[in-house]
Amino acid sequence: MTLTYEDVLGRYEPVFGLETHVELGTESKMFCGCSTRFGAEPNTQTCPVCLGLPGAMPAVNARAVEDTIKIGLALNCSIAPWCRFARKNYFYPDMPKNFQTSQYDEPLCVDGYLDVDVDGQNYRVGIERVHMEEDTGKNTHVGGATGRIHGAEYSLVDYNRAGIPLIEIVTRPVPGTGARAPEVARAYVTALRDILRTLGVSDVRMEQGSLRCDVNTSLSPVGSGAWGTRTETKNVNSLRSVERAVRSEMLRQAELLDAGERVRQETRHFSEVSGDTRPGRSKEEATDYRYFPEPDLVPVAPDPAWVEQIRAALPELPAARRARLRESLGVSAEDMVQMSNAGVVDLVGETVEAGAPVDEARNWWLGYLTQKANEREVDAADLGVAPGDVARLVALVADGTLSVALARQAVDAVLETGHDVDAVVAERGLRKVSDTSALERAADEAIAADPDAADKVRGGKAAAVGALVGAVMKATRGQADAAAVKQILLDKLGGGV
Amino acid sequence: MPDPIVPPRISRAEVAHLAHLARLAVTDDELDLFARQLDIILTSVARVADVAAADIPPTSHAVAMTNVFRPDRTRPSLPREAVLAGAPAVEDDKFRVPRILSDEA
Ligand SMILES: [Zn+2]
Repeated sequence: MTLTYEDVLGRYEPVFGLETHVELGTESKMFCGCSTRFGAEPNTQTCPVCLGLPGAMPAVNARAVEDTIKIGLALNCSIAPWCRFARKNYFYPDMPKNFQTSQYDEPLCVDGYLDVDVDGQNYRVGIERVHMEEDTGKNTHVGGATGRIHGAEYSLVDYNRAGIPLIEIVTRPVPGTGARAPEVARAYVTALRDILRTLGVSDVRMEQGSLRCDVNTSLSPVGSGAWGTRTETKNVNSLRSVERAVRSEMLRQAELLDAGERVRQETRHFSEVSGDTRPGRSKEEATDYRYFPEPDLVPVAPDPAWVEQIRAALPELPAARRARLRESLGVSAEDMVQMSNAGVVDLVGETVEAGAPVDEARNWWLGYLTQKANEREVDAADLGVAPGDVARLVALVADGTLSVALARQAVDAVLETGHDVDAVVAERGLRKVSDTSALERAADEAIAADPDAADKVRGGKAAAVGALVGAVMKATRGQADAAAVKQILLDKLGGGV
Repeated sequence: MPDPIVPPRISRAEVAHLAHLARLAVTDDELDLFARQLDIILTSVARVADVAAADIPPTSHAVAMTNVFRPDRTRPSLPREAVLAGAPAVEDDKFRVPRILSDEA
């Protein structure tokens, strides 16, 4: 029996929650001066503190505290006046200390929210807490199948990552999103990523693991009012996977519940390949971490004046920037949704700031440039065409230097060479031929060269003019305005309107 | 010695559980011994509660200090040879550790 997504929604209400881990972009680790640089040779960025050698004394990285407060404020959290670190004790070789220094019952930031937008509808995601901890080392499993921990003969550990500042952002359970649960989950992570990037606290690269998500999902029968048993899906490492993980868990749990079985509360792993989740195993059979206050670190008590100073210095956040752009651009709500979905809101705004009319800027970014970004499988922002380039193209089309077709050729050239618009226009001699006598001559030549097509046009088959237009465009190396050429040909042949 | 009427502050089963979590192999005789000794220690420490008044908040530090921070600056790490010198086994410049999951899932 295979359920459809609609079947699931007819009978169950999904609730999801997300735990997101963010590696901060600090120079040094959370409690020691080791570098956090990505990609260094294994075990070259460790010291007595992050290796947990006897007698080593940790000290908190001030920048990490400040960055965490920034994140908390951007997520509308309260900042705790006093909080501590704790030891989370477990035996697993990813931490050489045999405990992870983390915050437990006293997180630095609590009780916030993040508003996200899906197709023009607002969803408020509650933020339960934002706390500080440290990242773990990286295990490579040897032997067994495909590097998995199951069946491995032994493991190799690199501790360069152990001790890098890690921030965990935990949402409250999010009910009431219905069919859109997977999209809202994805929109939340997207919005969070944009905020973290705007704050400049992390490079938020999911593919490198500096932003990682665990997704909790549960189902409850429609109208029951009671929440179902949740599962926690780990290893969700792209925005698309967040959406797929929620959806696949909804389907899997619905099949169990329909069959009268129970959903087991467990940790599952998401497979990028199959797009579904598999049962995993937690680090310890019994999650008995015996948390206790970290005796080597004194409490963190942010001065309210310092917090207000940080708040005052926060950059304009993405939601506010978009609202301001929408206001100043004067675009419709539907256009805003479309631009937002395509990830071009800021690009359109910057293109307008660089002097282009709003409609032109929007058409370029939603049209040809989105198409090019899709072809190259990158975000429009990473395409390599700057808003200033687009504004310049719009100006060149407006003053008649380029046709739209030539402007597109210029974009292709910018993508190929990385040069700016004026450079590629000069290098490739892109210029619309607007000299009418030259076009007239080219049209006469095309008619002489293809008398059949000319006769058809004279006989009323206007569509046959296409071949002649093509010939003229070829003769002028694409630099004529096709519409003008067509008109000249039709005038000469008398077959047009 | 603890008052025999007062139930012990830590049971033999709890000591066995803690020993397991700490990966310590403890014999039955040792469990009896440690449970008895730990109970004495816990009872002694619990006497702090006799003098703790409601207006004295619990503390986790001997010194009343907060906000001891270091600036975000890197310092040289240990040479890798020194780091790996203490490892029981090394492969590809990494710590080699025994199989993590003993039973098949
Ligand atoms: Zn270190």
